[in-house]
Amino acid sequence: MIINRAMSALMLAIAIYLPSERGNAQTVREPLRIIITEGVIEPMPIALPTFATNLAADRSLARQLTEVIASDLAGTGLFRQIPPEAYISAPGGINERINFVNWKAINAQALVAGSLTTSADRMVVNFRLFDVFAESELGQGMSFEASQSSVRRVAHKIADTIYQRITGEAPYFDSRVAYISESGPKDGRRKQLAIMDYDGANLRPLTNQSTIVLAPRFSPDGSRIIYTSYETGVPNVYLIDIESGNRQSIIQSPNMAFAPRFSPNGSKVVLSLAVDGNTDIYEVEIGNRRISRLTNSSAIDTAPSFSPDGKWLVFESDRSGSQQIYVMRLERGAPQPRRISFGQGRYGTPVWSPTGDFIAFTKQHRGRFHIGVMRADGSEERLLTSSFLDEGPTWSPNGRTLMFFRETPGTDGGPSIYSVDIYGRNLRSVPTPQYGSDPAWSPQRN
Amino acid sequence: MKPNKIMVMLCITVMALAGCSGTNPGNDRNATPSPNHGGGGELISQSELRDYAPDSPEYFAGLIGDTIYFEVDQSNISDVSVEVLRKQAEWLNQYPEFSIVVEGHADEQGTREYNLALGARRAAAVKVFLVGLGVADSRLSTVSYGKERPVAVCSSESCWSKNRRSVTALERESGG
Repeated sequence: MIINRAMSALMLAIAIYLPSERGNAQTVREPLRIIITEGVIEPMPIALPTFATNLAADRSLARQLTEVIASDLAGTGLFRQIPPEAYISAPGGINERINFVNWKAINAQALVAGSLTTSADRMVVNFRLFDVFAESELGQGMSFEASQSSVRRVAHKIADTIYQRITGEAPYFDSRVAYISESGPKDGRRKQLAIMDYDGANLRPLTNQSTIVLAPRFSPDGSRIIYTSYETGVPNVYLIDIESGNRQSIIQSPNMAFAPRFSPNGSKVVLSLAVDGNTDIYEVEIGNRRISRLTNSSAIDTAPSFSPDGKWLVFESDRSGSQQIYVMRLERGAPQPRRISFGQGRYGTPVWSPTGDFIAFTKQHRGRFHIGVMRADGSEERLLTSSFLDEGPTWSPNGRTLMFFRETPGTDGGPSIYSVDIYGRNLRSVPTPQYGSDPAWSPQRN
Repeated sequence: MKPNKIMVMLCITVMALAGCSGTNPGNDRNATPSPNHGGGGELISQSELRDYAPDSPEYFAGLIGDTIYFEVDQSNISDVSVEVLRKQAEWLNQYPEFSIVVEGHADEQGTREYNLALGARRAAAVKVFLVGLGVADSRLSTVSYGKERPVAVCSSESCWSKNRRSVTALERESGG
């Protein structure tokens, strides 16, 4: 084991170096800690026995619950589940005393003890998290009461709590992803808007395959999705309510409208209109459909994204002669947009992180595509991926992980969704039954 | 399948035109592509093509040429394309019963939304050119497909050069 046991009771040195305003100083004092940094991470070994049940009939549900928790945690690359075969004892009931010696012996740094009981179609799930080497409970035990059909969501919430307590980061497992499901040959692709849990479960189509649909984005409350569709023959912007499926168009314009994104308070949408071949960024008030123009250049201005405080917009423009990233302040009399990308190559699809500290982008250089992040002033540029075609980053709700899509080259090529953390570690495929592109990560669910 | 047959025929015609035009498009790496097709195309006879009426969209697409090509990340109209657009305008002015949608397309080497905007630029450039040659503005509209509708599917310049294009698509005005 690389992990130093003496240190582990105080903190575990895995570590995200966070911008100072996020208040790390306070969190370091807590006992069991993964701090996520750029360094190589040795995943924290965690014991996660199947949640205890009174009835044999509940065991498969408990197994499912435990497996989802384990998958969430291991999927971050920060945790490693100790194989259950290695466990010396079961933790027993949720309120029984833990025999820490048996968990230290297998070098478990953290232990999750839980129980599950059912009645009719409901279930109650309790769990506690322990710091094994400190022999103490980490945080307060929690209880969830839910429909049995919500077992995956309850598991995500438990995993979120564990992740949050050990890393000090905001949670993100209880979230969804909207994306474009693609099928058919490359010169006759069929596309439909679909939604799934962040881990690929509970997939559901939201549109049929009758027309091209592109680039969905969630509303800030996660209940609606805005996207581009060719259903009238030219691209236009539509808003769909996820639960009811009700749809409405956002803008009545003879011009092509595309690249829509919500403002952080959900009252406005920014999008691109191509007027006489010239693409600029406009803002639409959802309430009264009032349109105002935000950029005014003969260049291509598109792919806008708000800062989390709603005061700034980042977008791409080829006003300098090639596709680059610009930021502008959203207020009357604000100065001209300021270019922030100065590396070699072309930069596009900027997306401001929900925590405000980074802007993710797609970079094209020498025939390769990269997903990268930079600070809002353009500093600390870091490329996270590289391939024939990586495109379209979207942030996890806590701003620590990105999803994007990667297209393979050639006649039989097609896109798939991947995730990677903001230090370029833990590149993973996100499973979809068909080709998947244009992922959009939802806010954390309530 | 019928659509395939038509595509093959158009393909041959485009090649024939390129051959007849006498202009050498090969002055740069983004030259007008010469369709490269495997076996099968030779099975279609020339006489079938001549069956198209001179005022049909098939004639326009096949014998006038509905497609022009662009250089990487550009919307300039090349000398070769100017000739094609002149013929298009001449034909369109002769047959005013058609309305026209100019489609702009891009190759796969670019981000999705940028390519939509780039296709819009290309379609608008063609529209402006046709209007300049006397085609009524009111007959013309534009749409961009960005990189959504490639006609060639390999991932090299030989295909990309075919996908960076505009297509002048015809619709008979209602009632016709």
